[in-house]
Amino acid sequence: MLTVSGVHTFYGAIEALKGVDLEVSAGEIVTLIGANGAGKSTLLMTICGNPPARAGRVIFEGEDITRLPTFEIVRRGIAQSPEGRRIFPRMTVLENLQMGSISAKPGSFNTELERVFHLFPRLKERIDQRAGTMSGGEQQMLAIGRALMSQPRLLLLDEPSLGLAPLVVRQIFQVIKDINREQKMTVFMVEQNAFHALKLAHRGYVMVTGKITMSGTGAELLANEEVRAAYLEGGH
Amino acid sequence: MEYFLQQLINGLTLGAIYGLIAIGYTMVYGIIGMINFAHGEIYMIGAFIAVITFLVLGTVGITWVPLMLLVVLIMAMLFTAVYGWTIERIAYRPLRNSPRLAPLISAIGMSIFLQNYVQLLQGARVKPLPPVVPGGFSLMERADGFVVQISYLQLTIILLTVALMYGFTQIIQRTELGRAQRACEQDKTMAGLLGVNVDRTISLTFVMGAALAAVAGVMVTLYYGVIDFYIGFLAGVKAFTAAVLGGIGSLPGAMLGGLFIGLIEAFWSAYFTIEYKDVATFSILVLVLIFRPSGLLGRPEIEKV
Repeated sequence: MLTVSGVHTFYGAIEALKGVDLEVSAGEIVTLIGANGAGKSTLLMTICGNPPARAGRVIFEGEDITRLPTFEIVRRGIAQSPEGRRIFPRMTVLENLQMGSISAKPGSFNTELERVFHLFPRLKERIDQRAGTMSGGEQQMLAIGRALMSQPRLLLLDEPSLGLAPLVVRQIFQVIKDINREQKMTVFMVEQNAFHALKLAHRGYVMVTGKITMSGTGAELLANEEVRAAYLEGGH
Repeated sequence: MEYFLQQLINGLTLGAIYGLIAIGYTMVYGIIGMINFAHGEIYMIGAFIAVITFLVLGTVGITWVPLMLLVVLIMAMLFTAVYGWTIERIAYRPLRNSPRLAPLISAIGMSIFLQNYVQLLQGARVKPLPPVVPGGFSLMERADGFVVQISYLQLTIILLTVALMYGFTQIIQRTELGRAQRACEQDKTMAGLLGVNVDRTISLTFVMGAALAAVAGVMVTLYYGVIDFYIGFLAGVKAFTAAVLGGIGSLPGAMLGGLFIGLIEAFWSAYFTIEYKDVATFSILVLVLIFRPSGLLGRPEIEKV
C-alpha cells in the first residue's frame, strides 16, 4: 500500500532522513520506534510531502506521490495525527472535526461523526468547547478523531501516547486496534512507548539517526536483545 | 445636541468606510502575518474603477441610480479582486518563506508602483464625479435653522456596510471556506495536512479583502465627489490604524476600530480644528501601540517557544 524507498529529507542543510526504505501493506498496523530526533516524525511529514523528499520515492497505492503538494497527497486517502497533536485551539471540537472531513467523500460527514463519537464519547460531551481548553488526553482523542473523519485508507499516527496518563494510553491503543480490525484501516504509527507499540503492531521498524536499522514482527522486535536494551529496559 | 447628532451621522458614515478597508488589513495579517501596505491602493483603484464605470454607464445612457450603483459595485469588486489576487501572486507568494521584513518591503514597493501606475494611466489631476445620489432626510431642526440631515447616500453607505459585514462574518463563521481561513490562520501546516489548499485559501483572502476595499472606494467616490491617485495612502494608513485599534487579526475589532476612527475624526473636525484631524487619528495609533498593543479586541501575542 505504501512504499518508501531511498528517501532523503533535508531541513536546510541538515539531512534528517538518510535513505529510508520501508513498506506498509494494506490492513497492517506497522510501528516505527526510535529515540528522540531519529527522524520518525520527519518521515511521517515527508510521506505527506511537507517537506518533500529531496531524493527517493514515496509510492501510495501504486502512485508516485513524492512530488505532489500536501493537500493532493492527503486527498488520495492518507490522514495524519501529527507530532504535538496540532488541533486548532481557537476552534470548537465540532469545527476541528469538520476540518478533518475536508478531503472526505461528500455526504459522509454525519456517519463519520457518529463513528468518531462512538470511539471517543468524551468528544461528544465537549462538542462546542474550544479545543485549546481541553486536557491533553482529550486533545489527543480529537487529533485522532479529526484524522479519522476523512475515512483514510492509511492512518499516520505520531506518538499518540505522548504525555498521557496510562489509562488514557490504554484507551487510545484499544481504539487503534479496533479501527484496524473493524474498519480494516491500515495504520502506520510512530511511538516512543516501544513496549505497547510493538505489542499492538503486526510489524515494526527501528530508526536510528535517519536510517532504518532493524525490522521484524512486533513479537520478534520485542524479543530482540538490542531493542530490549535500547528501547525497553528502564524505558517504562 | 443637534450639532452632535449631525456629527454622529457623519462619523458613522466615515467609520463604515474605514471599517470596510480595515477588514482587508486584519484578514491578511491574520492569515499570513504581514501588513499589506498595498491595500490602500486597492481601495484607490476601486474608486477609479467606480468613476470610469459611471462615465461608461452615462455614455450608454443608463441613468437609473440603483442599477448604476449595482453595476459600479460589481465592476469595482471584480476588478479589484483581480488586482488583489495578482498582487499576492507576484509580490508576496514568492516571499512566503522569507524573513518577515521581505514581504513588507515588497508591499511598500507594490504600493508605490500602483500609485504611479494609476497616475500614468489616469493623470495626476483630481477626477470629479457629479453627485449621483442627491437628497436626504431631515431628521430635526434647531431654532436657529440648523437642520440635522442624513443623506440618502449616507444611509446607503451605512446600510450596505452593515449588510456586507454581516454577510462576511457569516462566511467566516459558517462556511467551509471561512473555516479553512481560520484554520490557516491558526496552523497552516496542519490545514495542509487535512487537505486544505493553503495557497488558494490565502489568495481568496486577498480577493475578499480587495472586494471590500473596492466597496469603500466606490462609497468614497460618491461621498466626496473627487478622487486622485494618492487617496489610497491616507485612507490606507487610517484603516490600518483602525485595524490596530480594534486588535489586528480580529474581524469585529476591525469593524469597531473603523467606527472609532470615523467618529474621532468627525468629532475632532467639528469641535476642534479640522486641520488637525489626522493628527488626532494618528495620536490614537501611537497611544494604542504604547498602552494596548493588542488593541481593543485582539489577542495578546504569545511568543511560541
